[in-house]
Amino acid sequence: MLLSPAPLHIPDGFLSVVVSVICWGITIVTLYFAISKTNQSLGEKQIPLMGVMAAFIFAAQMINFPVAGGTSGHMLGGALAAIVLGPWAGMLVMTAVIALQALLFQDGGLVVMGANILNMGLITAAIGYGLYRSVSGQSKAVKLGVTGFAAWLSVMAGALFTSLQLWLSGTSQLNIVIPAMMGVHALIGIGEALITVFALAFIMQTRPDLLGEGSESAKASKNWIYVGGAIALLVVFLSPLASGDPDGLERVAIDMGFIDAGQEAPYSIIPDYTLPFLGETALSTILAGVIGAAVVAVIMVLVGRGLKAKS
Amino acid sequence: MHFDAFDRYHEKESLLHKLDPRVKALVTVIFIVSNALLPDGAWLAFLLAWLFVLVTNVISKLGIGFTLKRSIIALPFALIAITVLFSIPGEPLATFYFLSSQFTVTDNGLLRFVSILIRSWLSIQMAILLVAVTRFPDLIHALEHLKVPAILTTIIAFLYRYLFVMTDEVFRLLRARESRSGGVAGGRSGGGVVWRAKVAGNLAGQLFLRSFERSDRIYNAMLSRGYAGRLYTLNPHDMKSYDYFATAFAIGFIFILQALGRL
Repeated sequence: MLLSPAPLHIPDGFLSVVVSVICWGITIVTLYFAISKTNQSLGEKQIPLMGVMAAFIFAAQMINFPVAGGTSGHMLGGALAAIVLGPWAGMLVMTAVIALQALLFQDGGLVVMGANILNMGLITAAIGYGLYRSVSGQSKAVKLGVTGFAAWLSVMAGALFTSLQLWLSGTSQLNIVIPAMMGVHALIGIGEALITVFALAFIMQTRPDLLGEGSESAKASKNWIYVGGAIALLVVFLSPLASGDPDGLERVAIDMGFIDAGQEAPYSIIPDYTLPFLGETALSTILAGVIGAAVVAVIMVLVGRGLKAKS
Repeated sequence: MHFDAFDRYHEKESLLHKLDPRVKALVTVIFIVSNALLPDGAWLAFLLAWLFVLVTNVISKLGIGFTLKRSIIALPFALIAITVLFSIPGEPLATFYFLSSQFTVTDNGLLRFVSILIRSWLSIQMAILLVAVTRFPDLIHALEHLKVPAILTTIIAFLYRYLFVMTDEVFRLLRARESRSGGVAGGRSGGGVVWRAKVAGNLAGQLFLRSFERSDRIYNAMLSRGYAGRLYTLNPHDMKSYDYFATAFAIGFIFILQALGRL
């Protein structure tokens, strides 16, 4: 009951030492910047604020809404934390949440914690904030729409990075783990997107002063847009490429001669993540990814519009 | 909710409880790294590592099966590793059909799968024991000694301290939602999925505002009690000869285990 289901928390033993160390390296360097930036711009008052905000993210992960058939939507909160607190503070808050979950509840491992912080705290915050900032000054509807898309993509990015780390550690087969993780998280991400958008809409309406528009220099803001945009593009481009590579299980299947036993799915909108008229090329898989992402973006903008109309 | 609702600490008078938290944190991490370093199928080393877990359980006076009972929580994640059963080339062991596809389990795949599960299972038990024999504030303090930046440990300390308050808050919000959501038995109540998501999103927004305002009150209360940017502890941690001995013994054991795993 108290532990929200978070399928991205990697336990110890599932990542190799090399992968764990590399992830810790990236995480430590990023946190170093986060800490020095936070120390520069924030006073002592911000430390209790960030602590309570971390407790907020932890508690907000318990808020669920019934979807269908006993499943429910949840929130990870990385994108929301970065949008309302700023990217660096958001990263520190998410790091604290993930560290506590690992230390106290064994929800995620200790030695692989660097990877978990990277996947669920740093990447989600970068995408969430970067994309949100890219539309600052735009109308509320656009902002909310982009926020929803960013929240969805942040979950997808977390799933992609988790899959890649598992693959690099030799724990999972790339061509199975990526479609499986991305498929599940495409749905989980919609829950994340909806809760994030509605929560942000609520805050915009009640306490717009807390969102601190323009509190950051234009240059820093631009850098975040590049970073967030770059990771977002990476997700859109890398995932279809990675899952299109026929290795592992497929090779075994070919070697053992049971590849034909695999059956076609009854129907699919974008079969095999490729577009039929372009054939099975990398371009085709990338385009399929872009179209999928664009569809979600349009849906989220429409939801944002709907919200605007009512308020 | 009581303030220690989330505590995993079990009060006992044991040598492990008395050990310096730095030693416990460090040995736990070294033990987990050691598990990750062991090659697949190093059965003797896995056995010794398990022995280490059992012995520490006994020393902690929590009972030999204490961590075993609580160690199944990472099991769902094993699903993610299941593909190695079929994907590593080797002698076929068994073939079965699932969703009209044929899967063949190979001996090398099985070896790797079992090794991953054992590593994870041993590691999680040590992590469980760590928080069972160490008070969480002491653990945070130990992290500070181990050069984790103060800003992070302070945020984690605050998070731990206000966890139960914010959980109470979220339960109040959820209870309020439930009592507003009356419906005829058997009938459909409420709106569609987006409407439900909107209610949940508003709860999250509300929770954010309450947290924000609470942090303001907390800060003012702390300021009036002399807060100047850092937290102090009343438990000064000094390494005693006993702590050094325990560290040396644990690390020595792990080294032997590593050596035996590579024979």
